[in-house]
Amino acid sequence: MADSFPRGRAAITGAATYGIGRCPGISAVDMAARASMMALDDAGLSLADVDAVYTSAPYESLGGMELAEYLGIQPRVTDSNRTGGSAFEVYAQQAALALDAGLIDCALIAYGSNPASNPPGAIGMSRQSMWEAPYRPIAPASSYALAASRHMHLYGTTRRDLAEVAVAARRWAQLNPEAAVRDPLTIDDVLGARMLSDPLSVRDACLFNDGAAAVVMTRADRARDCAKPPVFVLGAASVVTHREISSMPDLTVTGAAITGPQAFKQAGVSVGDIDVAMLYDAFTITPILFLEDLGFCPKGEGGHFVADGAIAPGGRLPVNTNGGGLSCVHPGMYGLFLLVEATRQLRGEAGERQIPGTELALAHGNGGVLSSQATVVLGTAATL
Amino acid sequence: MSVTLRPAEEWQAHLMGGKLMLQRSRSTAQFVFYPRVLAPGTGLRDLEWVEASGRGTIHATTIVRRKPPEPSYSVVLVDLDEGVRLMSEVVDLPPCDIAIGMTVRARIDQSGAAARLVFVAEADDGR
Repeated sequence: MADSFPRGRAAITGAATYGIGRCPGISAVDMAARASMMALDDAGLSLADVDAVYTSAPYESLGGMELAEYLGIQPRVTDSNRTGGSAFEVYAQQAALALDAGLIDCALIAYGSNPASNPPGAIGMSRQSMWEAPYRPIAPASSYALAASRHMHLYGTTRRDLAEVAVAARRWAQLNPEAAVRDPLTIDDVLGARMLSDPLSVRDACLFNDGAAAVVMTRADRARDCAKPPVFVLGAASVVTHREISSMPDLTVTGAAITGPQAFKQAGVSVGDIDVAMLYDAFTITPILFLEDLGFCPKGEGGHFVADGAIAPGGRLPVNTNGGGLSCVHPGMYGLFLLVEATRQLRGEAGERQIPGTELALAHGNGGVLSSQATVVLGTAATL
Repeated sequence: MSVTLRPAEEWQAHLMGGKLMLQRSRSTAQFVFYPRVLAPGTGLRDLEWVEASGRGTIHATTIVRRKPPEPSYSVVLVDLDEGVRLMSEVVDLPPCDIAIGMTVRARIDQSGAAARLVFVAEADDGR
């Protein structure tokens, strides 16, 4: 019973990004609102249709109400669950359930943030743990570095393996006109980059730039009347395993090992069926962990899996085809961009980076310091 | 409840007094870090303070790089022999000499306004 999910009964009908890279002169909520309207236009729906708002504002703990007010709507459901970057995959899960239950008819999931243009004095609203702060870790890089150190120790993963992830992301970004950073990047560039928190260099870390995104969801029947082919939500699962890295149950096994199998079971698919994998890349170690935990390869073999351009264009598994948080966009929380890119791939809208014949895509969100994991399996009408 | 626990305050007071104390559940003998009002998982409210051995093993390690001349420093996760894990710093070795699996011993750094638990390499302990 705990695994039940209304497979295929809700769908993404609209998706948009806005202001990726630098977006000066406006506020975060302006950006979220712009992306919201673009996603509604994409769906052929209007603001009047929206009766649920799901958002994590970057600097405002009451941002759900702020966006509803800004848009001039009075939603039945306003959800600002704060699991960090994974929150948007959790929103997709919650929206699918609320739609199927008849609680709501149209969900808007939106996000905007421009830390590159508006350097925020108080970025984020989370306090550093009093049990970690005295040791001055770089938040969040040192936490991911500690996990990476453990993976390298146990499995022989190398900095070169990590660098493969950064280079693959850059090569995808070069195929995406919207990606913020598209200049060439080599393995040696990553290996020679300034170290941030060993074994992670600045090139192992995601961007911290501007961007907004939005997704509109309706029930499947209504989705068929929308402007674009619906992208059906086939499975969605989430879990929180800890908050701080010192309390992570196992530094080399994330909650994706729980949410992946659940979401695949709900969707009635196996990991080998996935055509495109969007894996939250806060740092180069994270896609390696998620490839293992989701079952694309056995535990410990993620480093081998990504070697020799295997997740880059032309490789064995397309991962993060938009360029990821490493080379496209990461405005503090990246999860919604995973859902948008998966949607574009499933609709055949991804231009030069399109994976032909994509029927099944996975968006895997990560929040905190590997703390929250959420997996969403999306498919075309052919997968129903 | 007959006893009012003030977890963080009591931890700090013990450190200021020169003692590394950990909470332990009376009924399960499970050690708990960080200090709490209950044992995580079981919810048992039978925690007592027990002096810890101070022995531990490096579980994970990183070097926080600073722009020279500011020195880089280590951040480690230490598994104490009592079975709990915590973040700390190894203070008597260059950061690049700290490796996973090394045994370390606790020291209390009272140089700041608040006392801080740090670690030294086991060999330094003269054992």
